Amino acid sequence: MTNLERYLNIFADTFGIDPSKPADLEYQSIKEWDSVGHMGLIAGIEDAFHIMMDTDDIIDFSSLEKGKQILRKYDVIID
Amino acid sequence: MIWIFDKFKQKIAAISDTGESITYDQLNKFGERIGCILKERSLVFCVCTNTVGSLSGYTAFLNNRMVPLLLDMKLDRTLLARLIHIYKPDYLWVPQDLSFEFTGTVNEFSGYGYCLLKTSFDQAYPLYEQLGLLLSTSGSTGSPKLVRQSYENIKANISSIIAYLELDSAERPITTLPMNFTYGLSVIHTHLEAGATILLTTKTLMQKEFWTFLRSQGATSLAGVPYTYEILKRLRFFDMELPGLKTLTQAGGKLSTELHERFAQYAQKTGRRFYVMYGQTEATARMSYLPYQRVLDKIGSIGIPIPGGSFSILDDCGKEISVPDSVGELVYQGKNVTLGYAERGEDLAKGDENGGILFTGDLARRDKDGYYYIAGRKKRIIKLFGNRINLDETEHLLKEIVEDCACTGEDNHLLIYVTGNDHNRLLRFISEKTGINPSGFEIRKVDYIPRNEAGKILYSGLESQMGVK
Repeated sequence: MTNLERYLNIFADTFGIDPSKPADLEYQSIKEWDSVGHMGLIAGIEDAFHIMMDTDDIIDFSSLEKGKQILRKYDVIID
Repeated sequence: MIWIFDKFKQKIAAISDTGESITYDQLNKFGERIGCILKERSLVFCVCTNTVGSLSGYTAFLNNRMVPLLLDMKLDRTLLARLIHIYKPDYLWVPQDLSFEFTGTVNEFSGYGYCLLKTSFDQAYPLYEQLGLLLSTSGSTGSPKLVRQSYENIKANISSIIAYLELDSAERPITTLPMNFTYGLSVIHTHLEAGATILLTTKTLMQKEFWTFLRSQGATSLAGVPYTYEILKRLRFFDMELPGLKTLTQAGGKLSTELHERFAQYAQKTGRRFYVMYGQTEATARMSYLPYQRVLDKIGSIGIPIPGGSFSILDDCGKEISVPDSVGELVYQGKNVTLGYAERGEDLAKGDENGGILFTGDLARRDKDGYYYIAGRKKRIIKLFGNRINLDETEHLLKEIVEDCACTGEDNHLLIYVTGNDHNRLLRFISEKTGINPSGFEIRKVDYIPRNEAGKILYSGLESQMGVK
């Protein structure tokens, strides 16, 4: 599995949506991505890529695209 | 009248994350304008957000003896329509950008991004003269069961809370809870009485904008339910630089002993105050608090009764238990015990049915020093991420789409037992109706829902069915 597939699967699993769909997801753009869903998403990402994110990055993780940029800081390249 | 705003004059009463602000003087003037439009004893449904418009309308209604019912902005619209049908409010106070949803109403006035919509009803039901405010027993299941709060209830609880939290006009609390939720509302009530400045935000703890606003406005206190504290821990709150923050308060469910201890230690180390508190909508908001000086040596405790209140613990026969550390039902007595419930329009005329005594439905014990500890619940109520959920009401709601079901569970984990297979549809339905993240629900298939001869569900039989598989 590529990093991109892994990344998209975390969104699909956390929010119970179709894995081919995530593309332009943003915080609160779907009801599953609320503050509860956000904690689940971050935990899923931290586990999958074996990283520990800083607070500033957790609260800045506002969309699927933004997340990709943030993960670069942790040497996780998603493309 | 609850608040006398003009004594604080040009002081800012509230400022929002969009930069909008309102002084006490303006709140007062806004109240006078509303007073010219609406009749006293009008019933007003307020669709709440943490914004200046929501706040100023609400305070105007309460101060002018109109009776507001506070509702969550995210409340499912069919549930909202049902509430309107049952209680027939004279007016709706809603965000301007939602007004198009309410067809058949007339926009009579607008201000601060909110508008006042006149319905076709005109004082359909008489209101008891001391009735001040209506709150839902559960914001999310849209239950028509409301708590009736009197003016005296509200005033009594405000003065108790201000006394033990030692609030003054220098406070700057930031909103972390919705204002239609009794705990969030009590933060607003008390700080307006103290002449403080409320920092209103619609952002959540998960958003950068929340923390930017908190820092730039120098928030002095933060209120949270247990789930808020879980999030704060995950956000490595203990390492944050927050020089203005002096006080943390917790209510709205039982905090784990681990989180209680961590936050108590943090507070002690950084010279802050951490209050663990206990309350219910049925007691206006608050019944007890753990004094911050004792927060480390009474881990897991809900503290002592608030000023003006008292607790007793009763055994199954209703006799008071005086032996320390014996468990029984917690009963509260005080002026903040609300009038009772309403389940239909006619109930709004009812007077005081509780006489100042509230059977909390919680099981508790008292230690030898007089500190109280919650030991469990008598009623079938759990909390999902801070939202109070009545399991019986949830079953009722689900029966709209399934033939039979049973709900059990614990905090943050509601189990739904069904005989059918369409679990995804069910999950979507319940999450949509309640507005609660689907991760709070688990659906389990059973062969049948066990019942006794009287037709009551045998909940223990559900788990044994699972055990066999």
